Amino acid sequence: MSDTTQSGPVLAADGTPLKKSLQKALRAQKLRALALVAPLLIFVLVTFIAPIADMLFRSVENQIVSRTLQNTVVALEDWDAEGGEAPGEAVYEALYWDMFLAAEAKEHTRLGTRLNYEQTGVSSLFRGTGRGVDDIGEDQIDALEDLNEAWEEESFWYELMTGGDGAAKDGSQLSAARERLSTLTTDSYRGNVGFEPGAEISALLPRTVSEYATFAVYTVFVEEDVVAEEEPWEAVKVALIEELKAGADLSGYSGPGAEELRAAQEMLADQPDIDYKAAFLKEDKDWGSIPVWQTIKTYSPPFTSGYFLNAVDLQKTVDGVEARPETQQIYIMLFQRTLFMSLVIMGSCILLGYPIAWILANLPVRTANLLLILVLLPFWTSLLVRTSAWKVMLQQQGVINDVLVWLGMVADESRLVMINNQFGTIVAMTHILLPFMILPMYSVMQTIPPTYLRAAKSLGATNWTAFWRVYFPQSVPGIGAGSILVFILAIGYYITPEIVGGTTGTFISNRIAYHISSSLNWGLAAALGSILLAAVLILYWAYDKIVGIDNVKLG
Amino acid sequence: MKLTKTLMASTALTVAAGAVLAQDMADSMTLVSWGGAYQRSQVNAYADPYKEMHPDLEVVWDESSAEAVAKLRAMDEAGNVTWDVVDVVAADALRLCDEGLAMEIDPEEHLAAAPDGTSAEDDFGDLLVGDCFIPQIVYSTTFGYRTDMVPDGVEPPSDICSVFDLETYPGKRSLEKRPINNMEWALLCDGVAKDEVYDVLATAEGQQQALDKLDTIKDEVIWWSAGADTPQLLADGEVFMGSTYNGRLFSVIEEQDQPVAMMWDAQVFDLDGWIIPANLPEDRLARALDFVYFATDTQRLADQAKWISYGPARQSSAPLVGEHAELGIKMAPHMPTDPENAQNTFLYNYEFWADYRDDIDAKFQAWLAQ
Repeated sequence: MSDTTQSGPVLAADGTPLKKSLQKALRAQKLRALALVAPLLIFVLVTFIAPIADMLFRSVENQIVSRTLQNTVVALEDWDAEGGEAPGEAVYEALYWDMFLAAEAKEHTRLGTRLNYEQTGVSSLFRGTGRGVDDIGEDQIDALEDLNEAWEEESFWYELMTGGDGAAKDGSQLSAARERLSTLTTDSYRGNVGFEPGAEISALLPRTVSEYATFAVYTVFVEEDVVAEEEPWEAVKVALIEELKAGADLSGYSGPGAEELRAAQEMLADQPDIDYKAAFLKEDKDWGSIPVWQTIKTYSPPFTSGYFLNAVDLQKTVDGVEARPETQQIYIMLFQRTLFMSLVIMGSCILLGYPIAWILANLPVRTANLLLILVLLPFWTSLLVRTSAWKVMLQQQGVINDVLVWLGMVADESRLVMINNQFGTIVAMTHILLPFMILPMYSVMQTIPPTYLRAAKSLGATNWTAFWRVYFPQSVPGIGAGSILVFILAIGYYITPEIVGGTTGTFISNRIAYHISSSLNWGLAAALGSILLAAVLILYWAYDKIVGIDNVKLG
Repeated sequence: MKLTKTLMASTALTVAAGAVLAQDMADSMTLVSWGGAYQRSQVNAYADPYKEMHPDLEVVWDESSAEAVAKLRAMDEAGNVTWDVVDVVAADALRLCDEGLAMEIDPEEHLAAAPDGTSAEDDFGDLLVGDCFIPQIVYSTTFGYRTDMVPDGVEPPSDICSVFDLETYPGKRSLEKRPINNMEWALLCDGVAKDEVYDVLATAEGQQQALDKLDTIKDEVIWWSAGADTPQLLADGEVFMGSTYNGRLFSVIEEQDQPVAMMWDAQVFDLDGWIIPANLPEDRLARALDFVYFATDTQRLADQAKWISYGPARQSSAPLVGEHAELGIKMAPHMPTDPENAQNTFLYNYEFWADYRDDIDAKFQAWLAQ
């Protein structure tokens, strides 16, 4: 009585509140449990979850376009994609700077491959242009070098760009160059370049200094050469020509190379402008093709839904989402086929497995064990061997057909076609997955007391009623467990459909494998894989709602 | 005291010298190839003689060429490329080069000149496709047919179009489960001139035309995806004629003595060769280059033909091709490049398929699945 009237929390023996002390004990227990599972948990996270997450992330990742074409993507923002005209000169000029650097760093062909998934022909467009991009502006560069050989001298350029010893420096262009290159190649470019742009020249010729700084960073970190000993690449000279022609004000400049710069500006005034658009069109007329530019623009954001749309037979265009041409639609059909065939395989496993499991469960242990070994024997045989064995059995000159012909049931000319189609896949996969159905069923059936059946019969039930009303409901958890196992294994099966599936018996996983190993379209493969994963999770959820996951028993 | 010092100094020197040598060339090398008879021919012709010259070298073989592109890309992303020299078909070499995964090769610097002084560049000629590829052999994808299944009173098939002629040559065919080669053959037999095939195939109508032609035999085709499938199907009598690599047919005919004959017409030449992964550490790169220099010289390429019926990629190797090392038969008449066999040939169009592969493959697979 006095206990209940006492106010304040209940205390443990050592005086701390009981609630706290309990919590503490529980937490300690949880931590200990966590520590025990930690090795496995970390192992699974690092070797399983993380790679899968990384792979699935590729289904939306699309930074390669904006990384490689840094300037072009910005310039393209103003272009009217639906206007029916190719972009203007500014876009082509931006493309020149991007393309030149990408070709030097050999990143342009990767982008070409990426965009070729969306627009046929881009691959060779980028590869070919990468070879010819350093010819752009060639006439003007020649004129510059004819005027004064100093423009071919690495030391002259170095002097010009640094502003000479003791001149004021401006490092901002250099860090921009590091940034530009590391965006392009995803490597880092930290460390001493052995070059720092002069402040005066940076203010006077920013574009040229920027290109030279990029050249310097690339020379030092990738080519591993010394900046002062290398002649700058063409893009630097083109930048200089552009800036001199645009009327850079040299009147107040008195640093290194002032004479040469003035002479060059005077000479260049008579030279024609560099026509980037014409130059690119000369490289490949496809640069004038509107679909190419539309593709670049559509895929310029760093993340895209394009792969997912492709994975469901749609495509991303400038007008929005469209259905793919009928001749290219395949994935929806493959998803449907995969689901349908997995269900059929699951169904035939239930039909074949249930009687076997029932017999196993009702035989004396010794005989049951022997039979169980027969069930497991194929399970221990290599998957490839079992699949190839089915080939020998089912093919037109195979064992079954030979027997049928010998028995006279089938004419020699019209042997049955049982392989390289859906039938072959279903037969082979049912056989391969059968143990996964029998084992859970068997272990559940073992726990059903035989007395129940006897009791039902003694109460007047027929054999069928006793089975259907008494035995079967108790075996459902085994069917559930087996079905989930078989279905989920079947839906991702790859090697058996590849070998015996022909054209009508292949699964979506065969296409995923193709995109992973042959076409290298990992984004699309990841999107297809994500959809497959989502489909399995949804079906699992539906199963839980309808049957209840508590009803699944493995034994 | 003095002795110890001298000893220590000389030990240090030896260690240093050893370190320098080890730095020069790695003492183990991982070669990637296709396994089977092809890899055996490479072991016999290249790796074993090379090992004799460098007894301390450990050579590891990896049979991953079929997935080389995907695996190399994954290795590169993980930052741990374990392969040194990789055997790939030219189309894959082009992709690896495009992806920046293979090193660019300078034929003059990295490859041996022919014995008569012809430069490597001229000796390999047009076969140097792409900037990273070092050609090794010329193989072809061509048809073989079962001689005992030719109907009575009919000439054995000798024309590519007999594949599409179900009336004269009834029976199943096996074709590769991809558009490459099949589309060209279909157009060729649908009246398109040989030098216009790729122009036609570049258009949507042309692609449809090829698929329509293939449609006429679709019910009679078993589609293969592994090179061993067609030889097996022919040996089992499952198909009347089928396409595969000429070396596989050679072993069905000559080594296994099956009633199969070659139909060289419109065979498609393709190339197989080495690439060296990009950005290898210096010592491994030096080893890889040294091996490739040795393994692609005139004599070595000719030696490979003793074990397999693929033509050496160098012009200067052709006269040196001798007899099969085990069967003792003359190899020249079994080479796809033999003038008798090469009366009507195609060269795999790498640039075209690099561009159109994804597009045409989507259509082809959709057509197959119908």
